[in-house]
Amino acid sequence: MREVGIVSFAQSSALRERRNEVEILLPVAKEAVEASGMKRQEIGFTCSGSSDFLQGQAFAFVMGLDAVGAWPPVVESHVEMDGAFALYEAWVKIQTGEVDSALVYSFGKTSPGDLAEVLALQLDPYCVTQLWPDADSVAALQARLFMARAGLEERDLAEVAVRSRRAASDNSHAIVKGESDVETLLAEPCRSSPLRAHDCPANGDGATAMVIATGDRARALCDRPVWIRGFEHRIDAPALGVRDLTRAPSAQAAARAAGVHDDKLDFAELDAPYTHQELILRESMELPEDLEVNPSGGSLCTRVLFSCGLTRVGEAASRIASGAGDRALAHTTQGHCLQQNLAVVLEGE
Amino acid sequence: MNENSATGDSLSGLHVLEYPYRRSLGPVLSRFFTDLRDRKLTGIRDASGRVLVPPQEYDPETAETLHEFVSVGPGGEVVSYSWVAEPRSKQPFDHPFAYALIRLDGADTAMLHAVDAGEESRISVGSRVRPRWAAEPGGSILDLACFEVEEEG
Repeated sequence: MREVGIVSFAQSSALRERRNEVEILLPVAKEAVEASGMKRQEIGFTCSGSSDFLQGQAFAFVMGLDAVGAWPPVVESHVEMDGAFALYEAWVKIQTGEVDSALVYSFGKTSPGDLAEVLALQLDPYCVTQLWPDADSVAALQARLFMARAGLEERDLAEVAVRSRRAASDNSHAIVKGESDVETLLAEPCRSSPLRAHDCPANGDGATAMVIATGDRARALCDRPVWIRGFEHRIDAPALGVRDLTRAPSAQAAARAAGVHDDKLDFAELDAPYTHQELILRESMELPEDLEVNPSGGSLCTRVLFSCGLTRVGEAASRIASGAGDRALAHTTQGHCLQQNLAVVLEGE
Repeated sequence: MNENSATGDSLSGLHVLEYPYRRSLGPVLSRFFTDLRDRKLTGIRDASGRVLVPPQEYDPETAETLHEFVSVGPGGEVVSYSWVAEPRSKQPFDHPFAYALIRLDGADTAMLHAVDAGEESRISVGSRVRPRWAAEPGGSILDLACFEVEEEG
């Protein structure tokens, strides 16, 4: 395996945006490239993650290239997924020996559309989409099953929200943050029972960018490169009824294959858009009970769809680069009810 | 094209933003929806012997092609539910209702559908439900309009 390090990372504020996708992305991509110390023309590969369904237009992702500059010509690729999966493709491309560095970016602007309806489009188009279940209701079906199986109450879910919001206080990009208490949160009405607003992600618009490079190149570019030590993604069956929704076997398989348990973790950044999903992931990925999870506040407090997974990797890498830890897990999920999961193990120099 | 017009020197045209895909059902879901039109519920047996409803073309575990159709229902049991207090415009009802995972009698997996329970206190995990059929079948999952909670006793 070639040693690949994260050299730089940038993200936009995740607020509701008037700017279009390219305008949001441009300063973020520029910041990541400049912080890497490389010129854009020196970077071997460009790979992006986003979804045309948010813009309602086929090949909308191509416009994203306007933000990174397509001249002189660049070698590029795109995944209709979170940017963390674009990072995976870039990492594989580097493993093939074809390139030594890559710019990875992602963006998501969900505010112009009705996100609940857009997300219903990723369900079974024959048997489910025409019932138009909103994403919160689908997650709520999973939450009720998990709470019954694990013997948890709505209070246990609210505690995840309280802890995440507190952790997000130091995150200048977080949408929801600050002190809250369980009693106040539980006094709110259910949004889609048993879930309340605090159990559901705070959605925003934004972009994320990252530059990665091989061993000595990365060492020359930054003080403390953060190495990608393990990288896997796995998927479970899409039909909601055919799997046990209280577990995430693909998260477990990805974590094991990425080598999560080979050594001690200092913290984890999990892409858990719903409170109960953090608890399912902790269990499925076999994480120690006392492990610090989501010091950034996580995707619950700041979800930029198709970008928040790459942001989890970037947040974890930044924390390691600053010396606040040596080894961390970053995770990304796609689909409904934790259907598809990606795990990446990061380690400081 | 009457949607297009020339105004002065510039041409303008109607642009409809949509994904106008048409889908075919394939051999397994064709059977499911044909039966549904006739007010019958059909599942399929997977490699391990489980009955999957709605039927899948391929085994979710082994990816084997599946063939053996099994009649199920019409009644079933609520496995999980979420109560929608404020329905959205495209959702099946304009009054509060539940989305539920329902395991039909004779099935081993649950299917997602709406339950017109009236109020949240009338539905719980384990509730018995039965289908309410659409008056006029239209060839979609909505031929099964929704499920309703059976009266106890």
